Amino acid sequence: MAMHHFIDRRQNPSDRSLGNRQRFIRRARAQIKKALDQSIRDRKLGDVTNGEDLSIPTKGISEPRLRNAGNEGRRARVLPGNKEFVTGDHIKKPPQGGEGAGKDGAQDGDGEDEFQFTLSRDEFLELFFEDLELPDLIKTDLKESPTVTYQRAGFARDGTPANLDVMRTMRNSLGRRIALNRPDKKAVIALEAQITALEENCEPESEDRSRLDALYEELEGLRRRQKIVGYIDPVDVRYRQREPVPKPNTKAVMFCLMDVSGSMGEREKDLAKRFFVLLHLFLKRRYEHIDVVFIRHTHEAQEVDEETFFYSRQSGGTVVSTALTKMMEVVNDRYPTDTWNIYAAQASDGENFSGDSQTCSSLLAEQVIPVCQYYAYVEILDEREFELFGNPEAGAALWRSYREVAQGRENFAMKRVTKPGDIYPVFRELFLPQNVGA
Amino acid sequence: MPRAKKTKTDTDANTDASDLLFDGADWSFKILSKTYDAIERVALDDLGLNVYPNQVEIISTEQMLDAYSSFGMPLMYRHWSFGKHFAREEKSYRQGHSGLAYEIVINANPCISYNLEDNTMPLQALVMAHAAFGHNHFFKNNYLFRQWTDADGVLDYFQYAKEFIMGAEERHGFGAVEETLDAAHAIMDQGVFRYRRPPELTTEQRQTRKREIEEYRERTFNDLWRTVPDKGGAEEATEAEKERLARRQQLRLPEENLLFFLETNSPVLEGWQREILAIVRNVAQYFYPQRQTKIMNEGCATFTHHYIANALYDRGQISEGALLEILHSHSNVLFQPDFDDPRFNGLNPYAIGFAMMGDIRRMCTEPTDEDREWFPDIAGSEDWRGALKYAWANYRDESFIRQYLSPHLIRKLKLFDLTDNAEDKHYTVGAIHDERGYRKVREAMANNYDPAHTDADIQVVDADLRGDRQLLLEHSVRNGIGLAEDSRTKVLKHIRHLWGYEVTLSGIDHDNGKQLYRTSTIDVDEAE
Repeated sequence: MAMHHFIDRRQNPSDRSLGNRQRFIRRARAQIKKALDQSIRDRKLGDVTNGEDLSIPTKGISEPRLRNAGNEGRRARVLPGNKEFVTGDHIKKPPQGGEGAGKDGAQDGDGEDEFQFTLSRDEFLELFFEDLELPDLIKTDLKESPTVTYQRAGFARDGTPANLDVMRTMRNSLGRRIALNRPDKKAVIALEAQITALEENCEPESEDRSRLDALYEELEGLRRRQKIVGYIDPVDVRYRQREPVPKPNTKAVMFCLMDVSGSMGEREKDLAKRFFVLLHLFLKRRYEHIDVVFIRHTHEAQEVDEETFFYSRQSGGTVVSTALTKMMEVVNDRYPTDTWNIYAAQASDGENFSGDSQTCSSLLAEQVIPVCQYYAYVEILDEREFELFGNPEAGAALWRSYREVAQGRENFAMKRVTKPGDIYPVFRELFLPQNVGA
Repeated sequence: MPRAKKTKTDTDANTDASDLLFDGADWSFKILSKTYDAIERVALDDLGLNVYPNQVEIISTEQMLDAYSSFGMPLMYRHWSFGKHFAREEKSYRQGHSGLAYEIVINANPCISYNLEDNTMPLQALVMAHAAFGHNHFFKNNYLFRQWTDADGVLDYFQYAKEFIMGAEERHGFGAVEETLDAAHAIMDQGVFRYRRPPELTTEQRQTRKREIEEYRERTFNDLWRTVPDKGGAEEATEAEKERLARRQQLRLPEENLLFFLETNSPVLEGWQREILAIVRNVAQYFYPQRQTKIMNEGCATFTHHYIANALYDRGQISEGALLEILHSHSNVLFQPDFDDPRFNGLNPYAIGFAMMGDIRRMCTEPTDEDREWFPDIAGSEDWRGALKYAWANYRDESFIRQYLSPHLIRKLKLFDLTDNAEDKHYTVGAIHDERGYRKVREAMANNYDPAHTDADIQVVDADLRGDRQLLLEHSVRNGIGLAEDSRTKVLKHIRHLWGYEVTLSGIDHDNGKQLYRTSTIDVDEAE
């Protein structure tokens, strides 16, 4: 058998193509990022961590080679399957040229405008986190799948040697040996001694001789039986069984509150979405079940679905307290605090109906924050405003009254953001390893 | 054309189940090995093939996709474009748009073939006969491969190349290596020696050699030669012209291998960059014979697997079901749609190759009068094995078609020659499968497979290293077929990156010497 002809390569590390993959992603980074930004806009909060089909422009990842011009010169091609042509026939060219006599262009897909491929979950998150400027530790933490603990779950017939349960195995072995009447070591030794004694003073033809023969046979039998009925048999072996159990998971609900009045444009909503996604990722890692409630407000608040929340516009003034009132309504209605962990994230551009900000701060302080695990507020500004309000003390009415609420409350965070990199610090406290939310 | 299968009656005692090599679709290494031995017996004892030792490796789908995307070479160095191709292949495969090759084979000694784990046992048998014996025999015996590739050293070389690129990335950064590789890939098609044997020296040896020559010149320099008057009429030639000639001699111009030229003469490249150019050039050169022998290589492999599968069946070693499965895949691969079929995508090298090999066999064993007239050497010779092996060893696609495409086959495939003149509003049928047309069709088809006709002929003609250092390239345009303009501007930019100075490419009509186009990096920048 010439087995040496064959090599099984299937078990080779499968990341061989990974090097090329990483190089490709690095190369097309700018385009991928752009496509990704679009995709974050389009995707549902909960879907962000899934892999993503992306389509990027081929420009920038094209690989040019010199190729013959398709629309000039004279060429002769040999084709199969002639049916009616005779020498000298003229065949009209299809309009726009080319197609009839084959395709000389479009080598290597460079002719396509779009290059499509699938981004894995990890690659997606890596790029998503990139401009959020998350610390590395948090990145790996968020990328992990939900953690599990292992619990004892009885005994199994197979497992790894490390989990062998000696006590139980030996007990089984003993029971089986007794039941099957396995000759024990002592009996064999005794018989051997008897035989040795007889052999020493044994006359041929004597009665001893035939007794000896019988003893030989008996010893042989014992040994055979010992061999057949093993000391430890595979059926005796027991392993401790462990079962993965998801970490104690309670339920969480995440409230997304956003001002959707005219002053919140594309850019503002985009930043807000990243803010919500980050909190959602964090919760997803910690809770098995998460509900997301979207509350949008202008001068009045509504609970809406995600689609409406991010994409539809509404005209009207801005009364922030309506959103908080609405949130409390939903909480009282559907999310009893004894079974649900409540998180809330609020995004706004800082505008508010004059006089309402005071209402907000008292609502927050008296009703909302006491039921929340965590409440995060971001005020989305443009660069110019940001410089104007460089000092956290300064700000419009809403900001100032939220500042009051923030005093001395650990589960309330607020921050002004102008770019994705500003978002993470809002959650810094929340993401600290010791601060286990639940 | 060998028949697909001899008719067998159901009661044929030949197919005694106990003789079967395998039964059913599942394979194991034991069955593979047994089948390999049976195939080997037919290949060596019956067909008389001469092959390198075989190494058959079983790989997973992902590994196959990976090999696919890296020029079909699992040992290829790393580069983003392979990642891009992998992403595309993977998506297309996962969505079911395309199947996977059953195997990939490497021209090396030992000959390595990669078989997909998903293949059923009959397919594994097909693939082994096809790659491990068909392709393998071709690689070992065809003159192009014997002369131009080094089967013993190729695996080591690819390993070296991979490590060198990785080392360069560590030392000089991903970006710099990527830029050099991108630029080198852009002129890979212009990086082969078509007519002369490639130099075998490594860059380092070449540098030493150059130094030695310089030293020799210095030692033997005699200023007196300068005072010897030129031959009569030399005054006519301007100083500039003389200088140009001297330059051409020094740089050994014209030079067809752009990569080689830049590797040796670029004023800006560092040592490691030159070595990268050498690597890309060697990879291109390694694949160059394969590009010229698609029809023959696939024809040889397809003929071999078809013959062996039938032989195994006749010997009662594979079941009728297995044979049918093999023939099913066989005919899928050999499918040749007519030119007016929406599925038509050029001539299928498997189909043409297999048809021509079968035709040679037919002419040896059952010749017609026509065959005797056209192919007196082989018609009726009976020794079809010898005739095929001779052809496999001594031809490439272009010359093979010119020599062996028979009127019989032209009629059978209903081949015709369609002339496309860009200025006309219509195509013209130049020749069809009739008495007047055979030679013309054959000629035209051979030209379609001749690199001298299909690949643009581009040469480095001048580079003034003391002046503005502009690099001049010349494209000798045949039949008025120039180069697509966007490809010219993009590729020239890459060449400029490697050369360090401006680059100009002019298209000169091969027949009348007129300049048809001129593209220069100087103008490109102005345009942007």
